[in-house]
Amino acid sequence: MTAFRISAEPIDPAALARSLVHARAGACATFEGWVRDHNDGRAVQRLDYQAYAPLAQSEGERIIGEAREKFAIVEACCVHRAGALAIGDLAVWVGVSAAHRGAAFDACRYIIDEVKKRVPIWKNEHYADGESGWLHPDNTPVV
Amino acid sequence: MNYRVLYFASLRDRAGMDAEQINSLATDARGLYSELRARHGFTMGEERLRVAINGAFAQWGQTLHEGDEVVFIPPVSGG
Repeated sequence: MTAFRISAEPIDPAALARSLVHARAGACATFEGWVRDHNDGRAVQRLDYQAYAPLAQSEGERIIGEAREKFAIVEACCVHRAGALAIGDLAVWVGVSAAHRGAAFDACRYIIDEVKKRVPIWKNEHYADGESGWLHPDNTPVV
Repeated sequence: MNYRVLYFASLRDRAGMDAEQINSLATDARGLYSELRARHGFTMGEERLRVAINGAFAQWGQTLHEGDEVVFIPPVSGG
């Protein structure tokens, strides 16, 4: 299984978590990013994610490779949704298994932070007032 | 030379298209963006974008070749 994937279909966290199981692993840390109903004081009704898929794939794989070098982990996986999502939908999932919890937590945090910074995926929020807007990493609107 | 340019996020909205074939005299990404910025009225300057050539991040001054796929990457917002 590839360690990083852009998915047009809903994410199945249980199936992904099973891919992290290993006899050497004594810890598993996962992160789920969900679509919330507000941002920067505005009511959000739904989201669209666009991705530049080939580069998102290679940059995502690079990030997971970096996590493997920096932390003593066993398995790592990240899946990010593309397309139209509703409030409460799972937008991104990261899972890491390791011998011990410290490396699992640290690598999980590293992967989601770097994905948000570097992977060419864009979030378009549709607001309750009918407007929509593309966001920056700090969640301020693109002018 | 002929290039294929893909647009995402706010650049896609502004250009009104996902992609286009461009015949241009520009020989690097910097020159190409400058030309497309004027054509489509992009407001974002080069300092706020990254550039990818043929699916890999690249430098603005990298020489372009016939048929290259060029993507100007707005600030990302995944997660």
